[in-house]
Amino acid sequence: MSNLNLIKTVKDIPPEEYLAPGHRLCAGCGAPIVVRLALKAVPGPKIVVSATGCLEVATTIFPYTSWKVPWVHSAFENAAATASGIEAAFRALEKKKGAKKPKIIVFGGDGGTFDIGLQALSGALERGHDLLYICYDNEAYMNTGIQRSSATPKGAATTTSPAGRVIPGKLERKKDLIGIAVAHGVEYAATANPAYPVDLYNKLLKAAAVKGPTVIHYYTPCPTGWRSDPSRGIEIARLAVQTRIWPVYEYDHGTWRINIMVKKPKPVEEYFKLQGRFRHLLQPENKWLLEEIKKDVEENWNRLLKLAGLKT
Amino acid sequence: MKYKTWKDLPIGAVIPEPGSSVEYKTGTWRTFKPVIDQDKCIRCLLCWVSCPEPSIRRHEENRVSVDYDFCKGCGICANICPVKAIEMVSEL
Ligand SMILES: Cc1ncc(C[n+]2csc(CCOP(=O)(O)OP(=O)(O)O)c2C)c(N)n1
Ligand code: SF4
Ligand code: SF4
Ligand code: SF4
Ligand SMILES: [Mg+2]
Repeated sequence: MSNLNLIKTVKDIPPEEYLAPGHRLCAGCGAPIVVRLALKAVPGPKIVVSATGCLEVATTIFPYTSWKVPWVHSAFENAAATASGIEAAFRALEKKKGAKKPKIIVFGGDGGTFDIGLQALSGALERGHDLLYICYDNEAYMNTGIQRSSATPKGAATTTSPAGRVIPGKLERKKDLIGIAVAHGVEYAATANPAYPVDLYNKLLKAAAVKGPTVIHYYTPCPTGWRSDPSRGIEIARLAVQTRIWPVYEYDHGTWRINIMVKKPKPVEEYFKLQGRFRHLLQPENKWLLEEIKKDVEENWNRLLKLAGLKT
Repeated sequence: MKYKTWKDLPIGAVIPEPGSSVEYKTGTWRTFKPVIDQDKCIRCLLCWVSCPEPSIRRHEENRVSVDYDFCKGCGICANICPVKAIEMVSEL
């Protein structure tokens, strides 16, 4: 990995675009940012596989497509399996006919990755297919109307975990996708966030350079599902990191690193008050849950510090 | 665009033309439009990298302009600009 040309500023990102405008993602959607960057960062020929979800639906409304690279969709649950098949087929072609294998990039939502597609992803990681799996996590099933997933954070209101008299939003914690990926023995796995585009781009470069499966877990602002101001998506994304709610870290060939160190975290309330899905957490009757979330955040940060070999 | 009948459609709903969504102008969604003050702009490209469409065009010497055919008026660029060189102006 030593010959990787990591970038220093946004200006180093290539200007060519491989995702065309005219897609029907909501104004202010954070999903296309990682797509644009991934298609720039992964060198050479590539094939994209999408799981069902907002990104897939809104970029390929027949008879149009926004993709300027070969792209395929088969179902909600099997993007990683579809990608595995393509990768295996190209491996055979490479052996028999000397064809050059393209890099396979997969985009799955949190529903398509943490929940229904987890089995397919696990299989792909275990078999060791050469693919870059990017989960664009908007923390719920957005395309079907904001249902909770196992990536929905504790306290968030969705249509299937509505905040009201019975429950104050979702009561369970978010699943640890990077932990799951690393448990499969992948060489590289990382979280990334659009408020830190240089870090995000370098992670895509690092992941693409690995021969084998890699996982990027990308924080995806979703103004529609989060009931937030579309113009403030990147600001919210930065607050997610600066409050330590959504740490930016990587696992790189055995080494854990916190890439965005947050020495003095901002109060979580600053993050919550910008999003309708969390606003109820600031009411006095839900103080117990807010305190529980603060404890979770601290615990998770300390866990990462330990993994990175830093003092808690 | 002239609509095709089912007989003209490619088998398997394949879309043969890459990037054809440019035929669909999402600029009509907008109610506020971003206007860039080129004198203030420091060419940092943060607006360019953060635009979801993408509808911030990047030119020589990292100058930027807005492609109003596609800009949905989300306001991310204006919000992220470090020198406040972008103003959202009502189009209503
Ligand atoms: C097997 C199956 N079950 C349900 C659906 C309906 N469905 C389409 S998209 C979607 C939600 C996708 O959620 P996520 O993966 O988080 O992506 P997002 O829409 O949030 O981007 C669901 C439930 C489906 N297409 N296939
Ligand atoms: S619902 Fe959310 S993820 Fe889906 S297109 Fe809209 S902003 Fe993007
Ligand atoms: S307002 Fe939104 S869509 Fe329009 S140029 Fe700015 S970031 Fe892009
Ligand atoms: S964010 Fe502002 S300063 Fe930076 S390139 Fe865009 S308009 Fe210019
Ligand atoms: Mg989702």
